[in-house]
Amino acid sequence: MNHQFIKKLYYGDIPDEPGSGAAYIAKADTAAWPLWEVFIRSKRGLDHKHAGSLKAADATMAIENARDVYTRRQEGVSIWVVESKNIHASNPDDAESFFDPAEDKVYRHPSFYELPDEVKHM
Amino acid sequence: MTTIHQFENDFQDKIDQEAKIEPKDWMPDAYRKTNLRQISQHAHSEVVGMLPEGNWITRAPSLKRKAILIAKVQDEAGHGLYLYCAAETLGQSREQMIDDLLSGKAKYSSIFNYPTLTWADMGAIGWLVDGAAILNQVMLCRTSYGPYARAMVRICKEESFHQRQGFETLLVLSKGTAAQKEMCQDAINRWWWPSLMMFGPKDSESTNSDQSMKWKIKRKSNDELRQNFVDMIAEQIKLLGMTLPDPHLKWNEQKKSYDFGEINWEEFWNVVKGNGPCNKERIDARIKAHEQGAWVREAALAYAEKKNKIKTVSAA
Repeated sequence: MNHQFIKKLYYGDIPDEPGSGAAYIAKADTAAWPLWEVFIRSKRGLDHKHAGSLKAADATMAIENARDVYTRRQEGVSIWVVESKNIHASNPDDAESFFDPAEDKVYRHPSFYELPDEVKHM
Repeated sequence: MTTIHQFENDFQDKIDQEAKIEPKDWMPDAYRKTNLRQISQHAHSEVVGMLPEGNWITRAPSLKRKAILIAKVQDEAGHGLYLYCAAETLGQSREQMIDDLLSGKAKYSSIFNYPTLTWADMGAIGWLVDGAAILNQVMLCRTSYGPYARAMVRICKEESFHQRQGFETLLVLSKGTAAQKEMCQDAINRWWWPSLMMFGPKDSESTNSDQSMKWKIKRKSNDELRQNFVDMIAEQIKLLGMTLPDPHLKWNEQKKSYDFGEINWEEFWNVVKGNGPCNKERIDARIKAHEQGAWVREAALAYAEKKNKIKTVSAA
C-alpha cells in the first residue's frame, strides 16, 4: 500500500518543517489528570446524553469544567460525569454475532402483522 | 482466517457506504496516523489561536466588545479541548501532544504567526480567518472518523458567531471616522493574503495519490475551498465599502467565480518553517503558560488523591 499520501498537504495539514520551539525540553507531564465522560440533560424530561469527555483531577472539577465546556450556551440543566476507565463497552469486532439474535425477529415489530383496514386505533 | 487485505477491504467498504469509523474499529495504520496528525494540529491551532486575540482583551474599545472577545477566546479553548479528546481516541496521550507542540515537533496553523496590530485586526480575524476556517470545518463535519466529525459539528455550531461578530466589528469601523475607516482597510490588507494561505499549497503542487480523499478524511481540495472563500469574501467586502489588496481580483463570467492573483508562496513556506513574524513569541507564550501552570496541575491531583484516601479510610 502506498503511504506516500501523507505528503499531500490539505487545508489544516501543516507540513512537518522544523520550526520554533527548540528551547523547550519535552517532559511527559507527571501530573496527568484522569479522563472523564460527560453526560448532559438538555432539558427536563429528556435523558442525559453523552456530550464528550474532558480531563479533571476529581469529580467536582470535572462537573465544573463540563459546565464551562459543554453548556456555555444553555445546552444543559443537569450534568453527569463518570471516569472513562469505569465504562465497559461491547467489542466492535464481535458486533455482528453479538447483535445477531435480534436480526431475524421481525415479529417484534408492529408492522409484521397484517390486519384488515377496518381495524381502527391499533 | 482473516487477512490484512480483508480488513482493509472491510474498512474501505464502511467508508464507501458513509459509515463512520469509530475508535475501536480496525483501521489502517496510515489512516490512524493521518487523522492523529491532522486532529492534533487542529487542536494546537485552536489553542495557539487564542493568543493573537487575547492580546486585545484588555484593550477592547468597550465593555461589550470585551465581553464578546472573551467569549470568543473561551470558545477557542473549548474547541481545542474537543479536538484533543478526539485525537486521544487514536491512542496518543494529551501530554505527549502538548509536548510535541511546545518542542516545535507538531505544527499549528501559520495564520497565528502574524501579529495583531490594531483593534480592526479582531474584526479581520473573525471575518477572514474564521471565515476560512469555517469552510474547512463545515466539510470536516462529514469526515469519516466519528470522533473528529462529532467534534466538528459542535465547533461549527459555535463558530458562526465568531465570523458574524468579526464582520460586524469591521462594519462599525467602516461607518466611522476617516481614521477608523483607514484602520479597517489596513487590517483587511494585512490579513487577506495570509487568510488565502490557510488553505495550503495549490492542488497542482502535489503528485501524490489522493488517499485522504479516498478515505474521506477530506472531501474538498485546497483550491476548491480557496475558490469558495474568495467568491464569498469578494461579495461580502462590497458591504463594507472596502477593497481586497489584489489587483487581479475580477469576476469571471465564464466560470462563474472570481479570478485572483498569485499567492506569495515564499512567504507561506517561510512562516511554516518558523520564520514568521510571531512564531517564536507564540510558542514562548505557550511554554510559559504550561510551565507556570505545572504546580496547579500537580496541586489539584494531590488534593484529589488526598480526598480519595480519606474516603477510603472512613469507608473501611
